[in-house]
Amino acid sequence: MKKTVIGLAVLASCSLAQAQDKPKPGPAKPAAEEEPFWAIGRPKANADAMKMAPVPAPPIPTAADKLPVKKIKLPPGFKVEVWASNILDARGMRLGDKGTVFVSSLFVAGKIYAVVDKGGQREVKTIAEKLFLPNGIEFHKGALYVATPKDLTRYDGIEDRLDSPPKPVMVYDKFPGDVPHGWKFIKIGPDGKLYFPVGAPCNICDPSDKYSQIFRMNLDGTGVESVVKGMRNTVGFDWHPKTGELWFGDNQRDWLSEDMPLDEVNRVTKPGQHFGFPYCHSGLMTDPVYGWGKSCKDYVKPALTIGPHAAPLGMRFYTGKMFPAKYRNAIFLARHGPWNRTEKYAADVVAILIDAKGNARMEPFLTGLVENNQYLGRPADVLVMKDGSLLVSDDHNGAIYRVSYGK
Amino acid sequence: MTTTGRFTGCPTASRFWIGAALLLAAPPVLSQSIEKRAELCFVCHGAQGRSSTPLVPSLAGQPAFYVMAQLFLFRDERRGTAPPGMYDAARRLTDGDLRGFGEHFARLKPPGPPAAKPDPQRFARGRALAEEHHCPVCHNPDYSGREQMPRLANQREDYLFKALRDYKSGNRVPYGRGMEEVVAPLTEREFADLAHYLAYFR
Repeated sequence: MKKTVIGLAVLASCSLAQAQDKPKPGPAKPAAEEEPFWAIGRPKANADAMKMAPVPAPPIPTAADKLPVKKIKLPPGFKVEVWASNILDARGMRLGDKGTVFVSSLFVAGKIYAVVDKGGQREVKTIAEKLFLPNGIEFHKGALYVATPKDLTRYDGIEDRLDSPPKPVMVYDKFPGDVPHGWKFIKIGPDGKLYFPVGAPCNICDPSDKYSQIFRMNLDGTGVESVVKGMRNTVGFDWHPKTGELWFGDNQRDWLSEDMPLDEVNRVTKPGQHFGFPYCHSGLMTDPVYGWGKSCKDYVKPALTIGPHAAPLGMRFYTGKMFPAKYRNAIFLARHGPWNRTEKYAADVVAILIDAKGNARMEPFLTGLVENNQYLGRPADVLVMKDGSLLVSDDHNGAIYRVSYGK
Repeated sequence: MTTTGRFTGCPTASRFWIGAALLLAAPPVLSQSIEKRAELCFVCHGAQGRSSTPLVPSLAGQPAFYVMAQLFLFRDERRGTAPPGMYDAARRLTDGDLRGFGEHFARLKPPGPPAAKPDPQRFARGRALAEEHHCPVCHNPDYSGREQMPRLANQREDYLFKALRDYKSGNRVPYGRGMEEVVAPLTEREFADLAHYLAYFR
């Protein structure tokens, strides 16, 4: 196998080239006769499945003039531009009162950034680094909240101190701290409480009551209580602007099959509802191990399924005025795109339109980032700006795009 | 951290002093070719990147992306309880250096299996665990690795054990997701069997 020169474009094609070079294995052996019970169903006999792995982003952000903006497709009347670049591993976004866009990151960078608009030019400052999977951020009353799998801290008066950030104040340090699905998405709800998930510490397991839930707490770290049960791994949620109901995306289990289960968008109509994990997936099927003796009818069904292994990350209800009326109070959801699926898809932003009865349907919105079964970029979060435009972060390229309408 | 702390993991005093001397000579070395500069790495990581140093991995035949990603984590000082020498060594590397070392090590001939025979029971247990936990899906059926996922075949057993344990304890944060779910349910004994199987893989 010829070793290729590492370039960003070449990196993306590496796994495909290898897949083609390797000889296909012979016919599958009769699995049930030779495999121990635990191994049955694993994707051993499938050469393509044997090549699936988490898709890595390089440790170097893509240069501004190499970003795939020309590949991005949007509905008529919309346009997209590069808003900021050189933000390694850009994930979650929050808007400060004075216009600062705070950006989180995860495995690759471990940093929190502040992006400041200076007369049309964006300046990127690193305000915290060497953090442990600091995916969860929220801005509230001048303070930036940062959640890792272990703790929640607060940077007071941050927008006035971007060049010399204050020492963070510990708000809560009792998160379980697991790496698997321990990274957080956090948001303060209409009730003034901070909502945070504790995901399942596994691909599939029946975890203790510390896990698989969305909780809320007072802003001083007191009064932790469970709001949602049977959740596997949410990395995005928001409240409907009219009904005040919580909606959340949920990443479903891996390795069941190419096309199941389907990732979920769920609607919470009262506290304490159970959304099925690990017993029922997608509201459609019981788990082959944990689902025995269970029934999907005992759990709340998803409001919408959004495709197998689609990887729903950040989502926001659209409350701006710039976009056409049909998007008012619709959800924009970033789908990161699957790694554990032979055919790559998603890596997009979808619009989820919800009628008065709460029925949801999904439409493509920002697409075009999958080419030759490779990701050109991977949306990770969305942010509605004051002018109604929509920012979209892309952790694969370390960039933020701006989508606007008209003019 | 004193200079002498850098090579405590290396096998002999003479090798240590060679390494220290080379490292102190860093400014002129930086202008040299990647191949020349890599000789400093081999003081600990073994001749042509095939390590005979306890707990120090072989680099030969590692995927270029894996080397680049790990050097990046060292440069950022986020590689957990790694030998401090690596943080010093990586601090001044440029993005071009990360790519250059990655490509260079990827071209070197990887180590073969140890001359000794494996313990058949541990080898069998390790193989079963590797299959159960989908190791070949990411690391390739021949454990040659690809992209951010390292070559495991014939890596040092003590290093493999340490790496698995560090992933589980959180001492080592993986580059991108995947390993965190894999190691979570595994025990120390299972790590030992996996490391044995992979070190002797043939």
